[in-house]
Amino acid sequence: MVKDQEYLNSIASQTIEYSKKLGATDVNVEVVHSISETVNLRNKQLDESNRSDSFAIGITTYINKKKSTISSSNLSKDNIKILTERCIETAKITPDDEFNSLPDKELMAKNFESLDLYDEFHVPNNKKIDILKEAEEAASKETKIINTETDFTENKSNFVLANSNGFINGYKTSNFNISCVAVAKKDSQMERDYDFTSKRHFSDLINPKNIGESAAANTVKKLDPKKIKSEKIGIVFDKKISKGILNVLSSAISAGAISRGTSFLKNKIGEEIFPKSLNVIDDPKIKKGLGSKNFDSEGVETNNLKLIENGVLKSYLVDTYYGKKLNLKSNGRCGGTSNLYFENGSMPPETLLKSSKKNLYITETIGHGTNLVTGDYSVGANGFMVENGEFIYPVSEITIAGNFKDIFKNITLANDLEFKYSTNAPTLLVEGMVVAGR
Amino acid sequence: MSNFFKNSDLDNIQAESIVSDTLNNCDDGELYLENSKSESILLDDNKIKNSSYSSDLGYGFRAITGEVVAYSHSNEISKDSILKSSENLKDTLKSKKGTYNHEIPKSNKKYYEDLNPIEEKSQNSKIKILNEVNNYIRSKGDIVSQVTASFLGEHKEIEIIRSNSEVLKDVRPLVRFNVSVVLEKNGKKETGVYGIGGRQSYDEYLKNENWKHVCDEAFRIADVNLKSKPAPAGEMKVVLGPGWPAILIHEAIGHGLEGDFNRKKTSAFHNLMGQRVASEGVTIVDDGTLNLRRGSLTIDDEGTPTENTVLIENGILKNFMQDRLNARLMNTKSTGSGRRESYKHVVLPRMRNTMMLSGKYSQDEMIRSVDKGIFAVSFGGGQVDITSGKFVFNCTEAYEINNGKIGSPIKGATLIGDGPSILKEVSMVGNDMKLDPGIGTCGKAGQGVPVGVAQPSILINKMTVGGTQL
Repeated sequence: MVKDQEYLNSIASQTIEYSKKLGATDVNVEVVHSISETVNLRNKQLDESNRSDSFAIGITTYINKKKSTISSSNLSKDNIKILTERCIETAKITPDDEFNSLPDKELMAKNFESLDLYDEFHVPNNKKIDILKEAEEAASKETKIINTETDFTENKSNFVLANSNGFINGYKTSNFNISCVAVAKKDSQMERDYDFTSKRHFSDLINPKNIGESAAANTVKKLDPKKIKSEKIGIVFDKKISKGILNVLSSAISAGAISRGTSFLKNKIGEEIFPKSLNVIDDPKIKKGLGSKNFDSEGVETNNLKLIENGVLKSYLVDTYYGKKLNLKSNGRCGGTSNLYFENGSMPPETLLKSSKKNLYITETIGHGTNLVTGDYSVGANGFMVENGEFIYPVSEITIAGNFKDIFKNITLANDLEFKYSTNAPTLLVEGMVVAGR
Repeated sequence: MSNFFKNSDLDNIQAESIVSDTLNNCDDGELYLENSKSESILLDDNKIKNSSYSSDLGYGFRAITGEVVAYSHSNEISKDSILKSSENLKDTLKSKKGTYNHEIPKSNKKYYEDLNPIEEKSQNSKIKILNEVNNYIRSKGDIVSQVTASFLGEHKEIEIIRSNSEVLKDVRPLVRFNVSVVLEKNGKKETGVYGIGGRQSYDEYLKNENWKHVCDEAFRIADVNLKSKPAPAGEMKVVLGPGWPAILIHEAIGHGLEGDFNRKKTSAFHNLMGQRVASEGVTIVDDGTLNLRRGSLTIDDEGTPTENTVLIENGILKNFMQDRLNARLMNTKSTGSGRRESYKHVVLPRMRNTMMLSGKYSQDEMIRSVDKGIFAVSFGGGQVDITSGKFVFNCTEAYEINNGKIGSPIKGATLIGDGPSILKEVSMVGNDMKLDPGIGTCGKAGQGVPVGVAQPSILINKMTVGGTQL
């Protein structure tokens, strides 16, 4: 069982009290306890079981405008005392920074809705194994599949966030995750793909048989890929990766990147950076949402935020420190977005695929080729050549490249949005990117 | 060396007896204890932005029988907690019976000192250097729009208790100094990043104002990129500079030669042992025994002394990198490559310092031989799909080559290739092997571990460059 609120509260309160006694003017403490149990199968046999029981405490002490941070996994009273002392000694010799402070009191979260993020249900390991066998049996029905690996992770966690302005709150969350990876072989060539389901509540998980079947189908489709010629071509992003475009947006509009001048979206508030029909929303209050929360990592209230409205950039993601620097109020985005998504487009994905005679459908990108300072983008990719809306053959060992300023402007969304991750986008088409191949 | 049981309700003897009792009927396993301290001091935007310290203590208890690994970890080193883990392991393996393998090689060699880099240098003096770094770079002109500099220090003590009270220990220092510069000129912005590090005290890296060299490099790379034009798209010849570009080797073939993927036959290399996988003249080793290097280890995280493992000799595949589990299942010996990020993670076979050894050509000869291609000097990160063998890495400093001469710098682009075939496309191996500056971290299955790479300049006949110019 994860530790209860009372236990975590008492550690947080004692730490704040002790820090103040040693001379801290402000203190912020977070205490987390989580228990995670994972079972892995390979080719229908148990491969690994893993139980993790972990505590973490993070202490930030302020002496007026001086600040220092400490974290530890050792929650013994003696250790916390030693660490707090060290934290304060370090803060004393750290130079002043005028923007260092706790969040403004009036911005702190006051409404604590139940977001239904915790499911008490426990899945014993033998039951986990049965579920995974079902997924692997479904996957290995496909004769070209030569290897299957699955895992089931059950995670329960509880936390408390407290500061010396009197804020103290936290709640339990849970997560159940089933994933299946399949390897297919033809001649001497192999391909790998996967599928998964991840939910706050056990009963919401997708049937393991479906996960196994789709992992196998995804993998087999990739066999016998071709490398295509370099060309400019419309690129359709599968839902597995279309959300990546929103991750680039959120990194580029974080108050930190804006304030430091290291974002290609600096000074773009009020400008149309996407087509007029597009809206991007960050909604922290979705019941059972994978990214849902009542407050951000500083305790600031998080509310629904329309980041892009009719194609126009409406706000940055603001925390306390960089907010003060930019003269903006925190909008509860310290630590990033919650449930971020593109509002659905109007076209079924099948129609999107037919938008041109030839499109390239990308299911996977590899590498970290995003430059947030310039917006330049270049990554490895694989997927399928699509002609007249039909998948013709798999494609691999190519790259796709462009600049996000242009990519954003040339997006067309399909209408198949679903909430599978914390950041979600429908299938989408980007025109004008360059594919490098042969 | 700390006593892990000092503040605990059990002593070494009791812990050793729980370990022996738990692992009695298993093929292998251990209780791994870890006490790590780390610090990070960051200067950004003309200020000390962050000064943080972290202390982590815990154990990971592992039991293996046949192919099944049972693992349980916690940060509470107590009788109750360890016994609970023991029950958990026994329960997972209850239907299996193994024979414990007590054999573990011994060595007295050490590749770094027992020192704590965090405590060896005062906080004030670290802050002072970061401020000097900031002033030094900003004095280079108004085009400097952002400077970020950081110190990262780590001190990790580990203890491995195997069945029958066999105990192995190691103390591992690690530091890193990093500088990132953003330049802005005529509305165009570019970044340059450089760093140094390894397993000794900060001062070894900072002496003789060596930090200025790090600043100069970061500034130079950003400055080159300000002048860059869009990169070409398509297949062409690629000359890689010496040192850090060896992350090509790490991604393209290193991961594919790790024991686990080959035991599971999911690596593109699993059936190529003894066969030609690279051009003649290409020799690649993975060496854990280089003094003070970031990827070096006195013993690995299972207690096996590290070694210099020959992976590819003159183009022929000779060895995989092994931990104890995969070595046993493949009827071979551990190469001292069993590593884990921390006590929270299971052991996996991993790289240490992966190096291509020198050949006979000069870099000049390579460039002169290329009509049209690119010369890549520095890289960001890379990634590989072990199964299909496809890998990528990102250039952060590259130039076009026209008619045997180096031309304009080009924008960062991703290069993509096929692991099992790329080394057969290597047509010249340079005589200028260089180690990287000590900044690499390798990620696998969610675990990051410090690694090193090295290579001479090499000429690759054909690779796809992911630019935008058709």
